[in-house]
Amino acid sequence: MTARLLRVAKITPLSPLVTRFRFECPEGGTLPLFSGGAHVVVEMPDGGLLRRNAYSLISDPMDGSGYEIAVRREDAGRGGSRFMHSRVAEGDTLRIGAPVNLFSLDLRARKHVLIAGGIGITPFLAQLRQLIRLQLPFELHYAARSRAEAAGLALLPDLPQVHAHISDEGNRMDLGAILAGQPLGTHVYTCGPEGLIDAVAETATRLGWPRGALHSEAFLSPPPGAAFQVRLARSGKTITVAPHQSLLEALEEAQVDAPWLCRGGACGQCETVVLSCKGRIEHHDHFLTDAEKASQTRIMPCVSRFQGEDLTLDR
Amino acid sequence: MTIRFNDETFRDDYTFHNSPEAVRRFPFPFDHDSYMYSVNIEPHRRGQAGSVFQHRFDVDEHYIAEMRDREITLKDDPLRCQSLPHMELAGWDFLELVMTCKAEDYPDLFSLTRDGDRWHWINRPLGIDQRFTFLDATTLPCGPMEYITRQTQGDHALLDQREGNLWMDAGMITSQADWSLDFDIGMNFFEWHAPVPKAAEMGVFQRALKFLLNLQQGAPVRRLNWTMTVNPRLDTSPENYHKWGPEKRTLTPETVGAKQYLRVELQTLWRLPRSNAVAFPIRCYLCALEDIVTVPKWGRRLHRVLRDLPEELATYKGFSVNRPMIVDYLSKFDDGAPTSPGIFPDP
Ligand code: HEM
Repeated sequence: MTARLLRVAKITPLSPLVTRFRFECPEGGTLPLFSGGAHVVVEMPDGGLLRRNAYSLISDPMDGSGYEIAVRREDAGRGGSRFMHSRVAEGDTLRIGAPVNLFSLDLRARKHVLIAGGIGITPFLAQLRQLIRLQLPFELHYAARSRAEAAGLALLPDLPQVHAHISDEGNRMDLGAILAGQPLGTHVYTCGPEGLIDAVAETATRLGWPRGALHSEAFLSPPPGAAFQVRLARSGKTITVAPHQSLLEALEEAQVDAPWLCRGGACGQCETVVLSCKGRIEHHDHFLTDAEKASQTRIMPCVSRFQGEDLTLDR
Repeated sequence: MTIRFNDETFRDDYTFHNSPEAVRRFPFPFDHDSYMYSVNIEPHRRGQAGSVFQHRFDVDEHYIAEMRDREITLKDDPLRCQSLPHMELAGWDFLELVMTCKAEDYPDLFSLTRDGDRWHWINRPLGIDQRFTFLDATTLPCGPMEYITRQTQGDHALLDQREGNLWMDAGMITSQADWSLDFDIGMNFFEWHAPVPKAAEMGVFQRALKFLLNLQQGAPVRRLNWTMTVNPRLDTSPENYHKWGPEKRTLTPETVGAKQYLRVELQTLWRLPRSNAVAFPIRCYLCALEDIVTVPKWGRRLHRVLRDLPEELATYKGFSVNRPMIVDYLSKFDDGAPTSPGIFPDP
């Protein structure tokens, strides 16, 4: 919705699998600042499919001259990271969403302990800069299998609070040692493989940490949008919703009136009656109840989509 | 367009008044002939020139008088302005938002010059010329939120976002419709909304919160809320109920048109960049019934809304006692004709 077209200003390999992308405004100018831990959704037009992947911003949150992300190539993934690695070149433009933060620092903390595993270092790269700028006490622990795979190493500042744990070198991370003896009021943030997140939670619980002091990163990636067709009974039209469009936008493009307010699946204004449905509505709203969603008799065109043979709406 | 600022008061002799232009631009809150709570959130888009939606932070003829009234309230009760220690960064974010918006939208009234972190702010209506260092609170006479909200109409709450909720951890609240920052500070979205009737069962707060947790920078939203206030008083706080509560009993059929005000809050919600907090300015507009009815559509509609409003809402909003008198007064301006959709006066 508030996505903007940005130019790929620089592509830098950080390790055999991880590459850094820097985006800037095509006309110069500055981008909105953000808070450490924020991510952006990158839109990738891949044939008929619009892929949307979320990536943590790794650049300085107080520097609006560009946004940087680090993408690890996942050959088994949905294809977004492969697209970034193989199809994107310097000078290309991509649509990038506004920064959203689901993993922000709890600024009430007396001290911040950041624990990263592998590519999970990314949100912390921005948080580090914020913590340094705000002069808040912190400690960072970065675990990786080998120095070659530790793409984040080159991006970490050389500070006594920053610790790399390279298991190849016999320097495994000892969570018990890290979490024991932290001052009261410390918060711990974990980002990495699920096993690491669980291990931190377990160790912290064993040591009596309050639950509210534990944070971990969970991305909410919007699903890729595929095109679909919708029949509109009242206006007698059939429209195609393009991958990058919402159903609401497609209605508006076809000059079919649908009321709206929030365009975010919360207010209920655009609620539309489904007259027939052969297939599955992908409900992404917060408005309909679970029972209403399951019945497939209503849809919120601002955020929801459809897969199947026939969807007919009362519009 | 330069604004002519009123010399007026919101207490004691109540010399507050709206010019005819101020009445025409009053944000009448009802787009139908009836009212019930809903998730009435919409994008805070730039509205028509002259309307209260034209600029991101509306400055109007009451600006200077409102800021004077805030000063009086704060002097009596400094706890109307509070900011928990972790909210200072959000205060800077909000200061930046207001200064940049006002300087862009009202270049004749406000100016902001930035040289890195060295900022120079000029507020001509209030006669302020301030040089300071951004993010260094020692260079301002008070904290950043207090500093900017002493210069910005409306109450302001700053909400911290964590644990899937919003927390009222800072605010400048001197013109509230009967709620207290000192009571609500540190509460979450559901806790501070607990006194509101009906809305929770309707799922309004659940859905609104989910929406707000996803609020994006650069995409502010707004909603209108309303209540009824006797006399043009900004400080209708629980702390001072003894001062304004009894005034409700002073209405007579002869004075209701002049002394009964429709109080509308233009509430906007903004995601702040560095702190990830949400700013919630609550801008209050007051309009006497006798001024409302100069717009025939508004007179008809307000009559119908207030006549048919569920009793729980009238009680919660505190005007049950005067409802019959108000409805009786307004009925004289309702000829039963249909009203057009939307909130704006007919052309
Ligand atoms: C996050 C920012 C918000 C803050 C700080 C806030 C604060 C408040 C407060 C302090 C009250 C008075 C409660 C009392 O009686 O003590 C109130 C009332 C209310 N709020 Fe909110 N609110 C916020 C957002 C919203 C949103 C987004 C909605 C959307 C539906 C909403 C709906 C209401 C309603 C319906 C009332 C009752 C008002 C009346 O009837 O006069 N609030 N709010």
